[in-house]
Amino acid sequence: MSARTGRARREGRAGLAFVAPALGLIVVFFVVPVAAGFLLAATDFDIYAIGDLATARFVGLANFAALLRDPVFWKALLNTFYFVLVGGPLSVAVSLGAAMLLNVRVVRFKGLFRTVYFAPVVTTMVAVATVWRYLYHPRFGLLNQLLGAVGIGGVNWLGDPRWAMPAIILMSVWKNFGYNMIIFVAGLQSIPGTLYEAARVDGAGPWQQFRHITLPALRPMLVFVGIITMIGYFQLFTEPYVLTGGTGGPLNATLSLVMYMYKQGFRWWNIGFGAAVAFVLFLIILAGTLVQLRFQRERE
Amino acid sequence: MTLRTHSTRLETNGLSMAGHAGVGGALLALATMLLAACSGSGSGSTLRFWALGREGEVVQLLLPEFERANPGVHVQVQQIPWTAAHEKLLTAFVGGSTPDLAQLGNTWIPELVALGALEPLGARVRVSALAPAEFFPGIWATNEIGGEPYGVPWYVDTRVLFYRSDLFARAGVARPPRSWEEWRDDMRRIKALPGGDHYAMLMPTDEWAQPVILALQAGADLLRDGGRRADFKEPRFRQAFQFYVSLFAERLAPPLGNAQVANLYQQFADGYFASVITGPWNLEKFHLRLPPERQGDWATAPLAAVEEADYPGVSLAGGSSIVIFSPSKKKDSAFRLIEFLAEPKQQLAFYRLTGDLPARLAAWNDPVLTGESHLLAFREQLHHVTPMPRVPEWEHIAWAIAEATERVILGQQTEDQSLDRLQTEVDRMLEKRRFLLDRRARGANP
Repeated sequence: MSARTGRARREGRAGLAFVAPALGLIVVFFVVPVAAGFLLAATDFDIYAIGDLATARFVGLANFAALLRDPVFWKALLNTFYFVLVGGPLSVAVSLGAAMLLNVRVVRFKGLFRTVYFAPVVTTMVAVATVWRYLYHPRFGLLNQLLGAVGIGGVNWLGDPRWAMPAIILMSVWKNFGYNMIIFVAGLQSIPGTLYEAARVDGAGPWQQFRHITLPALRPMLVFVGIITMIGYFQLFTEPYVLTGGTGGPLNATLSLVMYMYKQGFRWWNIGFGAAVAFVLFLIILAGTLVQLRFQRERE
Repeated sequence: MTLRTHSTRLETNGLSMAGHAGVGGALLALATMLLAACSGSGSGSTLRFWALGREGEVVQLLLPEFERANPGVHVQVQQIPWTAAHEKLLTAFVGGSTPDLAQLGNTWIPELVALGALEPLGARVRVSALAPAEFFPGIWATNEIGGEPYGVPWYVDTRVLFYRSDLFARAGVARPPRSWEEWRDDMRRIKALPGGDHYAMLMPTDEWAQPVILALQAGADLLRDGGRRADFKEPRFRQAFQFYVSLFAERLAPPLGNAQVANLYQQFADGYFASVITGPWNLEKFHLRLPPERQGDWATAPLAAVEEADYPGVSLAGGSSIVIFSPSKKKDSAFRLIEFLAEPKQQLAFYRLTGDLPARLAAWNDPVLTGESHLLAFREQLHHVTPMPRVPEWEHIAWAIAEATERVILGQQTEDQSLDRLQTEVDRMLEKRRFLLDRRARGANP
């Protein structure tokens, strides 16, 4: 008995020794920074504190209270949700649509289309944004010239607070849908053709086939794609940063939470306040992920 | 200003910081880890000099002469892109790896002085040839915090009016405007010229420079009580605010942000806008990028004042200074390099290489500068420049001012609502500063 527990303890210790390096790395590079980030959020660490640590004050939850009173924070939060709730589903839908088109047996040059649709994903964001800035130009942009041809007056895409976020969403969806599309293509190819044959024999139309075969078979991919897209879209930064020259304008219409955090923390050096924004973003993403997982589990 | 991006070598040294600095150090360590400090090595009599963008490249051509005159001193220039410079200077300070001396945009000086990173230069300046009277007064003032100089001007920037002289003439405008009223009148005439969609002026709505210049012209202080409180609801600031916003309401300027101006030069050449307030970095660009047949059609002029009697109105005191970092162990040779770069001869050589305008007054008497007609306006304007409020929070405040004007231009808020919000926001930004200044005052007289 004692020999067995002794051996179990020895094995336990050996196991611990094996995972120690990984645990150590996680503690050093994850647990400590997160804890330090939370500590920072409870101080008013700023440019003065960088110079002299003694000027940093412990402020408790005051940063969070200030956040709740800050109209720019609410604007950034609203923008981020706008982007996630409109852009996210749109991106998944476009990916799925493109994947299904590519999966239709009669389509030729599938390899070519896959590559073409995937190309924006691997193109540098800055280059993409530069080109899109020209597309969106109110006077010379291709988009407005096309709209003009069908009689729609010039939209000031990136200058009008109402249109700036749709412009960012349009570009982001175009840039990102290829990645999810590849995942969906893989998923679609793994659905046995016999299922569709059986469905057709039973008299199911295309919509019913999609609704009762394709969607259920793709559920694991949909969960994965949904969560990854949501997390990625909550971290919106580069797109508005490059398209608006780092301002998040016009009138903060494209300012995202991450951009606000960056500006507070690294442009104006309100590091404590920036950490509070980061913490709020963390909580939102955590909540979003939990909700999606719960939603998927209930349906299973 | 030439913006160049390079990939920079980043080294995180947050961990070593946490080891010896305890709980407070953990915060610092996080900041360090986030920021990533870049460290360099200094050895023997090597002066480490950080210079920005194109200046960093070109200054190396001047240095052999300095090294010949100062045997045993070697200057190692590290070139830093403008876009990364601000962060890099602060992270270098946190990581304890600041160079001996560096080029700084002069609006950054208050921040680095607040950190205690810069060496006061007053004692050295007094025994050198670099008397304040050798420089443009408004520019020298940007280097002084509480009466003590922390930097020596290297080259200067300000903004003047660049305008299409042919369009001005066609609209019956005989001379560049001298008062705001005359200016507005001129703009209305230009706007009334026949021919398509065009504007009298380009003022990007997301830039703070234009509203701030107008406020300084109106005599607004922007901040009060020694930079403790915002001062945006007094009549002078309001006057400037109203004037600026009315230019958009009257459609004399288009409501476009910077990112939406696809090609400034082409649109200026096309007459889409007839004038713009910009700086010397655009002189060369206008020469190169306006078509040859337009080269005779543009000119520069000092800015208008509120009243003609005060002409020319003030503009921004910009440019770069050279500073010495307080941890440096080679301050004497570092100051010799500053003196060398401020010599009129070197200032002229630097102008020829970069187009950067000399900070030293004596250099302006050279025919190279007096012969260039577009520079006359700059020379006159540089005698009428005002520093912006010298507080570390300035960048944040300037952003808030631009946003306050934008809210009114785009019709989101009324003038009163916008000014109220600006006042509240900036007062909140200055809370820490008030706390520190008051604490220091209490400490001085207990």
